[in-house]
Amino acid sequence: MAHKLLSKQQLCPDVYMADIEAPLVASAAKAGQFVIVCLKTTYSERIPLTVAGTDQKKGTICLIWQAVGKSTAELGNLQVGDEVENILGPLGRPTHVEKFGTVVCVGGGIGNAPLLPIAKAMKQAGNKVISILGARNKSLLILEDDFRVVSDEVIIVTDDGSYGRKAVVTVPLDEICQLQKVDLVVAIGPTIMMKFCCATTQKHNVPTVVSLNTIMIDGTGMCGGCRVEVGGQTKFVCVDGPEFDGHLVNFDLMMKRMTAYKKQEQAAMEEYKHKCRIGLDK
Amino acid sequence: MNDQQLLDELLKKHKAGILKPADRYNIPSQAMPQQDGVARRSNVDEVAIGYTETQARLEALRCLGCKNAPCMEGCPVKIKIKDFIAQIVEGDFQKALDIIRENSLLPAVCGRVCPQEVQCQLPCTVGKKFKDVEKSVSIGRLERFVADWGRKQKEKSVPPVAPSTGKKVAILGAGPGGIVVATDVRRAGHEVTVFEAFHKPGGVMVYGIPEFRLPKAIVQEEIEGLKKMGVEIICNFVAGRTKTIKDLMEKDGFDAVYIGVGAGLPMFMNIEGEHLVGVYSANEYLTRANLMRAYDFGKGADTPIAMSKRVAVVGGGNVAMDSARTAVRLGAEHVYLIYRRSEKEMPARVEEVHHAKEEGVEFHLLRNPKRLLGNADGVVCGIECLKYELGEPDASGRRRPVPIEGSEFTIDVDTVVVAIGNGANPLIGQTTQGLTLNKWGNIVVDEKCKTSLDGVYAGGDIVLGAATVILAMGQGRTAAAAINEYLAGKK
Repeated sequence: MAHKLLSKQQLCPDVYMADIEAPLVASAAKAGQFVIVCLKTTYSERIPLTVAGTDQKKGTICLIWQAVGKSTAELGNLQVGDEVENILGPLGRPTHVEKFGTVVCVGGGIGNAPLLPIAKAMKQAGNKVISILGARNKSLLILEDDFRVVSDEVIIVTDDGSYGRKAVVTVPLDEICQLQKVDLVVAIGPTIMMKFCCATTQKHNVPTVVSLNTIMIDGTGMCGGCRVEVGGQTKFVCVDGPEFDGHLVNFDLMMKRMTAYKKQEQAAMEEYKHKCRIGLDK
Repeated sequence: MNDQQLLDELLKKHKAGILKPADRYNIPSQAMPQQDGVARRSNVDEVAIGYTETQARLEALRCLGCKNAPCMEGCPVKIKIKDFIAQIVEGDFQKALDIIRENSLLPAVCGRVCPQEVQCQLPCTVGKKFKDVEKSVSIGRLERFVADWGRKQKEKSVPPVAPSTGKKVAILGAGPGGIVVATDVRRAGHEVTVFEAFHKPGGVMVYGIPEFRLPKAIVQEEIEGLKKMGVEIICNFVAGRTKTIKDLMEKDGFDAVYIGVGAGLPMFMNIEGEHLVGVYSANEYLTRANLMRAYDFGKGADTPIAMSKRVAVVGGGNVAMDSARTAVRLGAEHVYLIYRRSEKEMPARVEEVHHAKEEGVEFHLLRNPKRLLGNADGVVCGIECLKYELGEPDASGRRRPVPIEGSEFTIDVDTVVVAIGNGANPLIGQTTQGLTLNKWGNIVVDEKCKTSLDGVYAGGDIVLGAATVILAMGQGRTAAAAINEYLAGKK
């Protein structure tokens, strides 16, 4: 079954959002779960992407992705009406949602996309939701308005100070943990950001959930490529996660594993860009 | 005298009814023609080329046609072996194929990947006479010959389907077991939908077994055959997550479900360094290479794989051989196979071990990794092994490997593939209430492959633990018969 793109917009340079037909996934997906997208059956990669939202009536899912490699760039070049051949999901365990009290949601860059449905679900469960959203600069901040709808308070930080505070996300996170009782922190963003968020909350003894986005093939527990070390044990992100107790995750190991194909990916991306240019010159 | 002349002479005697067992013993065992060992290191084409018609009939003439047919007892699906072989002698390949098809639905697959030397060919009288199982009648190669002959005929016969019963059966997993169940249940007139988690159907036949041992085109033909029978195949559906078994039965109206999802979870050795970059499970390595065609990376395929110079594969089964031989084809200069017992105890097929050696895989027997060593970037750079010796037999009946203290040595590598087996995937168990599992997480079934839930059947690796294609097919047949019986009694 092919999956048609019903709408598409570019949120910021290299970041795209699309509503895609996937009725089976739409009817089953919960906050925190992800899908695997495979553009074309024969030769494409399988890309894990978190579900940023669903519309059960329309039978669509919302995906947000950053074009970082060839496959995500190719996905970004799709137009409304184009089709993705394969979408598998929902995968992973849904976020554990209950009334914790005060929940701080920390998003970094593209991490805001998977974080949004979690913030929404936490709000619906009766929590006070404080969202801290970070980006390198103003133009790279995504989903701010959506977070304002589901949060009691939104704090924006940018690396260069072009919008909100000039700071990294751990600065307001640290302040909030000092000033008030925080019951749970959910941090999703670059691995290094999640690592430092966890170091921050550990000081204050605040439970912290992170959502890991590792290299993955099948997404059903078969390949073991997504393995991470959590509390000294081997866990598979696709079936045991994607969310884990951030204080137990071995982030350094994870960051190393994620570099596995860097050279090959760069080469593929350069070749793809080159081909794209050839196309444009015509 | 050339082969054709020999065949003509033997056939003359055979027709005259004067071909004696002694004459049959004298017929040379026919070797499988195969691609040159050096040439095939750099392609993924099938290694074994298949018998010629002359070879097939010569090999078939070696069969004594034993009254008690011990070979048949050794076959998990009880193919009428001597009968189909007798038809090859006569040159009636269609009849031979029909006889095989009565019991086996995937002869082109089984003729290639079944472990014949421990099944049908083990009790063969001819092999017993020569006290060498390799001198047995090559039943597997004959099965393959017949199946390939059938594939070349234009009009591929589609099994007849009974009139619709209005009953619906869901099959979870489009692997060999699922394909067999789908065929048998569809034949009985039930509506059949096969759900597959990957984006291509075929299960282990497309992600695990490499092209050079089982061409994907063959699996594709079998899948097309299913579709022609009216079986619906839905890919990208993960049972338990996309929908639960309960939902399939209660909301979608499936009257019965067959669980054939395979053995999911790769086992690791739990030693230091297993998370280093460049350390793969065999599942990941083979899936990247086969299903995602990583051997074509940069030439169309987008999935990368380690481009290694020195690869260590840990394990001694067929999956280990497949991984090692895949590494050879991906251009590795040295591929080391590390196995903790001796070659005699290796679970891999003898033929595959031979092939691996011919292709230059270096065997390190009675060796086992102690830890993996990494460089500053977290990339694996060495494998530290211990030497082993064999002790008394253990519960598996094989002699237990015992490490020799202080025998550590290191091999420089840039990739390690762990091929030591798979456990049950917990997903179905976690999401299906009331399904009884054993302590290893495998689904418990009765002799008819029925689970603890009404209308739910299971078979293959999820029941047996990691086994073989033919065992999964055998269970599939049992389960299909039980499902048909169950549905016949259900209003």
